[in-house]
Amino acid sequence: MADNRWGLWSAIAFVLIAAAIGGMIPPYDTGLLTQMLIYGIFAMSLDVLHGYTGMPSLGHAAYFGLAAYVAAICSLKLGWGFEAAGAAGIAASALAAALFHLLALRTAHSYYLMITLAFSQVLWSLAVSWTDVTGGDNGLPGVLRPQIGSWSFGSTIAYFYFALAVFVVSAAMLYVFVTSPFGYALRGIRDNEMRMRALGYHVWAYKYLASIVSAAFAGVAGELYMYLNNFVSPSALSVTVSAQVLMMILVGAAGTLFGPVLGAGVFVILQYVLSTYTDRWLFVIGVIYVLLALYAPQGALIYLRDRLKARQRRSAG
Amino acid sequence: MNFWIINTLNGLSLAMILFLLAAGLTLIFGLMHIINMAHGSFYLLGGYIAISAIRLTGDFGTGALLAVLAIAVTGVIVQRLFLARLYKQEMPQALLTLGLLFIVADVAFFTWGGDPLLVPEPRLLQGGVRFLGVIYPLYRLFLIGWGLATAFFLWAFLERTKIGAIVRAGMDDEEMVRGLGINMPLVFTAIFALGAALAAIGGVLGGPLLGMFPGADFEVALLAFVVVTVGGLGSIRGAFLGSLLVGLVDNFGNVWFPQLSLFTIFVPMVIVLALRPTGLMGRV
Repeated sequence: MADNRWGLWSAIAFVLIAAAIGGMIPPYDTGLLTQMLIYGIFAMSLDVLHGYTGMPSLGHAAYFGLAAYVAAICSLKLGWGFEAAGAAGIAASALAAALFHLLALRTAHSYYLMITLAFSQVLWSLAVSWTDVTGGDNGLPGVLRPQIGSWSFGSTIAYFYFALAVFVVSAAMLYVFVTSPFGYALRGIRDNEMRMRALGYHVWAYKYLASIVSAAFAGVAGELYMYLNNFVSPSALSVTVSAQVLMMILVGAAGTLFGPVLGAGVFVILQYVLSTYTDRWLFVIGVIYVLLALYAPQGALIYLRDRLKARQRRSAG
Repeated sequence: MNFWIINTLNGLSLAMILFLLAAGLTLIFGLMHIINMAHGSFYLLGGYIAISAIRLTGDFGTGALLAVLAIAVTGVIVQRLFLARLYKQEMPQALLTLGLLFIVADVAFFTWGGDPLLVPEPRLLQGGVRFLGVIYPLYRLFLIGWGLATAFFLWAFLERTKIGAIVRAGMDDEEMVRGLGINMPLVFTAIFALGAALAAIGGVLGGPLLGMFPGADFEVALLAFVVVTVGGLGSIRGAFLGSLLVGLVDNFGNVWFPQLSLFTIFVPMVIVLALRPTGLMGRV
């Protein structure tokens, strides 16, 4: 419980600091901060699935990219307003998860990992080859940032505050979700599915709902990302994106809501710093994965915490 | 009629490339419970090294052999140095091989560049054969034959040799096999290297058809994943049936619905998993 409080307070502090400095720093840095918020939502959404429910997904980019594509198509080809297009995108991701998990929940563990990967790759290939609708490899450029009534979020700073508001609302909703009895049941399923079943929980329904909630918030992140760049392309659906978001929650701490947000922050900074020195970015991701797997499969944060505790114990004893 | 013959044979030749990957994937999973994300990397590296080695030696056979040996050694190193340390930890093993996939992809891009490269066809197998009113490339027929032979030898190895019996017993109850005094870590390493070598053969022999390019590792590995998901993890027979299904469906899908591409693969996967969640021949 103490860990939980700690995470909550640091999240609030992060939001307050971000809100305070977002308007003062150079626009490029504001853009980075916006990216952190977007990836933060994305990482939290996967964490509901991976960290809380114990369903390791390697295809979370599917929902991220799908919502972005649907929102872009609705506003570019159908001329829908931001509210309708945005809602359609999120609904599409939730619906896709609902349909896909009718099948995917028949599998577990490694099978689930592979089938989620296959699912995201199917959407990726559709985005590449269904050129009439998706624009193929060129993607869909020219989506304008949101306009709600007379409020326009076109500028970098305005869009940052828009993303911040969405982040706060999403984080609050997810916090309520994972600290509810439902959320505790998910943790129970992760730790001992048999026992939960014996206790009379309808495990399948819990997993099913968790996957839909997770997909919907991944969709929120995907749309924010699309509006940030005014653009969506097949790379939003790629396995690299799925692997990156999984890395964020592994760098943070899976199974805590705000650890992955920190992971997202570390990720954005790392990508920014490294891109000025080298273009071997894939190599770096690979090395991070190898190190995480060998030394800190529970998450780098948890690894550091355990090391710290061990040191304290040694100096105390 | 010609359409059917040619496309069935095209589908079969793709199926045989897939089988070479899926066989290793399914053996490695069946024995060690490792989802080897880097399996496509063995395929890609095998193909690339073959291209360089053939250029260097001027001979297909020598180049191919060098490439396959190099990947088998790589397999031994990966298993001994990394995977053995994560014994029975399913998720960390998957993450580790995922990391290797990225590392190899980047190193390959750095070394061989971004343009697609073809493995040259061996001179002996160039040209076409005329039968049943069609002219069909000899190389593709050779590939189909090779795949069938590999399937037969793998079956014979697993079902008719003592080492095969040890592997099968290890799939069912590894601790009991250890208890009988058999050196399981050695068997693990050997099977992992065998799987890596089979994937490399897939890269070398598939190279003249599919070519090597950034992302080829993942593209073909994904199809192999679908194969073992459909066929059932841990079963060679399942891998063979799955390869036939996926190879044929993918080929005819690309002919009839080119815009849907991978989507057509997903349909048989959905049907199979809906009816049999562990795949056609699943052990678990």
